[in-house]
Amino acid sequence: MSATYAEAIRQALAEELERDPNVFLIGEDIGESGGVFGATKGLWERFGPDRLLDTPISEEAVVGAAVGASLIGGRPVVEIMFGDFAALAMDMIVNQAAKIHYMTGGQLCAPLVVRMVTGTAGATAAQHSQSLEAWFVHTPGLKVAVPSTPEDAYVLLKEAIEDPDPVIFFEHKMLYSKRSYVPLATSESSSSSFGTGRIRREGSDVTIVSYLKTLDDALQAAGQLELEGISCEVFDPRTLVPFDRDGLASSLAKTGRLVIAHEAPVRAGVGAEIAAIAAAECFDLLTAPIARVGGLNTPVPYAPEMEHFTLPDADRIASTVRSVLEPREPLSASNHKEV
Amino acid sequence: MNAPTEPAPATLAEALGYYTQMVLIRRFEERAAQLRALGLVPGFLHPYIGQEAVAVGVCSALEAQDVLTSTHRGHGHMLARGADPSRMYAELFARVDGCNKAKGGSLHMIDKTLGFLGANGIVGGGIPLAAGAALQLKRQKSSAVAVSFFGDGATNEGSFHETLNLASLWRLPVLFVCENNLYGEFTRQDRHQTITDIADRASSYAMKGVVVDGNDVFAMREAALQATEQARHGGGPTLIEAKTYRHKGHFEGDMARYRPKDEVEAWMRRDPIILITEEITQKLGGSASDIEEAKAKVETQLDDAIAWAKERPHPLPEDALDDVFANSYEGAALL
Repeated sequence: MSATYAEAIRQALAEELERDPNVFLIGEDIGESGGVFGATKGLWERFGPDRLLDTPISEEAVVGAAVGASLIGGRPVVEIMFGDFAALAMDMIVNQAAKIHYMTGGQLCAPLVVRMVTGTAGATAAQHSQSLEAWFVHTPGLKVAVPSTPEDAYVLLKEAIEDPDPVIFFEHKMLYSKRSYVPLATSESSSSSFGTGRIRREGSDVTIVSYLKTLDDALQAAGQLELEGISCEVFDPRTLVPFDRDGLASSLAKTGRLVIAHEAPVRAGVGAEIAAIAAAECFDLLTAPIARVGGLNTPVPYAPEMEHFTLPDADRIASTVRSVLEPREPLSASNHKEV
Repeated sequence: MNAPTEPAPATLAEALGYYTQMVLIRRFEERAAQLRALGLVPGFLHPYIGQEAVAVGVCSALEAQDVLTSTHRGHGHMLARGADPSRMYAELFARVDGCNKAKGGSLHMIDKTLGFLGANGIVGGGIPLAAGAALQLKRQKSSAVAVSFFGDGATNEGSFHETLNLASLWRLPVLFVCENNLYGEFTRQDRHQTITDIADRASSYAMKGVVVDGNDVFAMREAALQATEQARHGGGPTLIEAKTYRHKGHFEGDMARYRPKDEVEAWMRRDPIILITEEITQKLGGSASDIEEAKAKVETQLDDAIAWAKERPHPLPEDALDDVFANSYEGAALL
């Protein structure tokens, strides 16, 4: 079917609600009103208030209740209306859900999905725009999905709900209206999409790793650079935990150069981890320094001019790619600059 | 505030059963402290000594399908629920046959088969989990209830207030059992909140709140029976405040010098094990030999448990890599 990212999410939720009576959706204004971003629109009419639970504005109790239900057979899908509000539920995500399988020696599982609406929608300012995936990638015990296309939103969400572990599922605000073809699942999926990246564009000079909305910027940058004779391969990891190391290595074997692009601030962002993986495991494949492009290390500002200045776009990704292709002089004391 | 009605009279056999469980908890904790001093327990201990009547009274009112969440001071709840002290000692000794395979220790002990969803290292951390379990039970149309134990300190956490509101709103089958032992860590209740009766907080969530003598196992049982009866029949949650006292410090090794001597002495005279012993011997016709027999039985059980646990193997270092995920996608980089 042709679907928007929001429709793909809705389709996945509907199929999972249909498949398993233990699946239920829980969150603020997700039921009768269909969600602030419309992701659950129409599901309340179809599945009713026992399957879509509208909650008070109590992120800790809501996520905690989802975790508790998941321990005894529930398969809750929580919506965090703005990922920024995850800060209010961090104990339940980080200290409870992420660790419960481990701490209990495998006795309990916490199979919940926390859907987090992430990134800027334009002038949404510092408390409604953040890209916080690194917080969760850094916490052992959580899986982290970052779908960039309607197809992946559908496929990864279905897999996330069926997964026995807690999954943090990021949905970018600017992607909800993105439309493309989504092949519907015909039977139980045989192979996992988690940990399996996709090459979104083939190329030979530079690998750009990107995800969520920035992936579209990376593809746009690759298009611009092609006109300059620069061939970019764009690699979408689809999930950050697990991360497709083999897919990254295969791409670097072709290109030898790596740029990582994400909307989150560069400092200690996921790009740092991907760069470290590449440096440690693919050092012999690399022919140029690894470069990262991402949000500046500031809160997200309100004014469009300032916001645009702080967040990555296709132009900035393209110039970063050009920089790794520049000929480099051998390092010596005289040309070594302190940064 | 609705005080529970006068407890139904217990039989001698029932009372001796509660006594035995309370002594089991007391001696489990005392011996754990000794074993820690000998170097067998590498981690923290937060002894439950003095609060035994709360766990035993509440758990005596529960059914097999009910579920519980506990606290950092959780050994008593787990033992009162019927857990095997051998596996618990093995966990404290960090051995592979521990109830958590040596991955949790005292703060995270669990027995899923008993519906015991775990001690919790985070103050107030178990409260939302219990409400969530209650939600799932309600969704399954089960008559089971969830119980969350927590202390006075937890009632200043957001998780407590958010969860009481949610549980009341959805009429969840859950018991909130606050063990008010008068201290949140080292801070006396009057220095951490302005109320005396924590049960008062129930009223702002249109919930029933009761104050119970937490050192009286029969009163605790009666309060829990009333609350479970209400919860099982769709009447929603109850906040039970058990007034009690921990005999020891916040953790093993804390000398608790922040507590006035006369306060400690007054509470020691109301030791829940003294109270139930008096009930058995003075009101229920039990004899001194009944008491001695129960104590001896506990001592033998713990001797055997400790001997077994001491012989269990230590984990391999690389066992640390197991159980991070339930589904670990063979070959994918998860760790």
